[in-house]
Amino acid sequence: MEGAGLPGKDRMIRVTRKVEFSAAHFYHNPNFSADENRRVFGKCNNPHGHGHNYVLEVTIAGEPDPTTGMVLDLKELKDILETEVMERMDHRHLNYEVPELTGQIPTCENIAAVIWKLLEPKIKSGKLDRVRLYESPELFVDVNAGNGARA
Amino acid sequence: MKISLTKRYRFAASHRLYTPRLSEAENKRVYGKCSNAYGHGHNYVVEVTVTGPVDPETGMIANVGELDPFVQREVIEPFDQRFLNEEVPEFREQVATTENVCREIFRRLKSFPSAKLERVRVEETSKNSFEIEADVGAFDEVRVSRGATTQ
Repeated sequence: MEGAGLPGKDRMIRVTRKVEFSAAHFYHNPNFSADENRRVFGKCNNPHGHGHNYVLEVTIAGEPDPTTGMVLDLKELKDILETEVMERMDHRHLNYEVPELTGQIPTCENIAAVIWKLLEPKIKSGKLDRVRLYESPELFVDVNAGNGARA
Repeated sequence: MKISLTKRYRFAASHRLYTPRLSEAENKRVYGKCSNAYGHGHNYVVEVTVTGPVDPETGMIANVGELDPFVQREVIEPFDQRFLNEEVPEFREQVATTENVCREIFRRLKSFPSAKLERVRVEETSKNSFEIEADVGAFDEVRVSRGATTQ
């Protein structure tokens, strides 16, 4: 985050918004045998699928605008999350209904990476800093830019 | 883009903060109630974060089906429902503060074969947490935070 035009670490604020969506999925790799699918994916291989209440935390980093005092308009972020994530994924079957996940196993890692790619170009004020996706309260995945900004 | 996976585990254990290097009075002054000779206990929460490339065949950084039994064997079984000071050999030589517990858990999990251990965070209570990250400078650095957690 030390790049051109970006604020110094001490002036940067991180803003996080949370949304929840519920979706179904199962894990199956057509390149694996039935046995291998069961061995690698365990119960998650059940072809009837199962579901989770996913909790998504999206963090935007930036310097507050001196006039508005805001890094970004949270209403705008809410609308982006509604369009990009909720409409695509809420009450959907992730194996069949989300084109961005086609050909991928809909693991928490892959879903979070898809969400990062969907959101990054849409954030105009501040910068997408982290996508944290909880599959359950006990399991989550973090995606960040990977440039050491959060070290 | 960098992706990490975090899984939360729990164990309950007792400990006593006391060092023979200090006098009785000094132990009392430094550790306060935590120095009570009979010990006391906590419900510890351990967050284990691993990082690495997402395997396209499985969609995973690491299979939770491998991580769970590894953490279970290395940490949960030897720590759960134990008196840490006496039943975990490493705490015979060093005070069983949660800084040291966090560091010991990190040491035990570092050899996880399927992904790189990035961080261990231990909540001693919902108000106090301690974390250690891999390769921060020359050391694995321990950070302590006190106060209400967001989770």
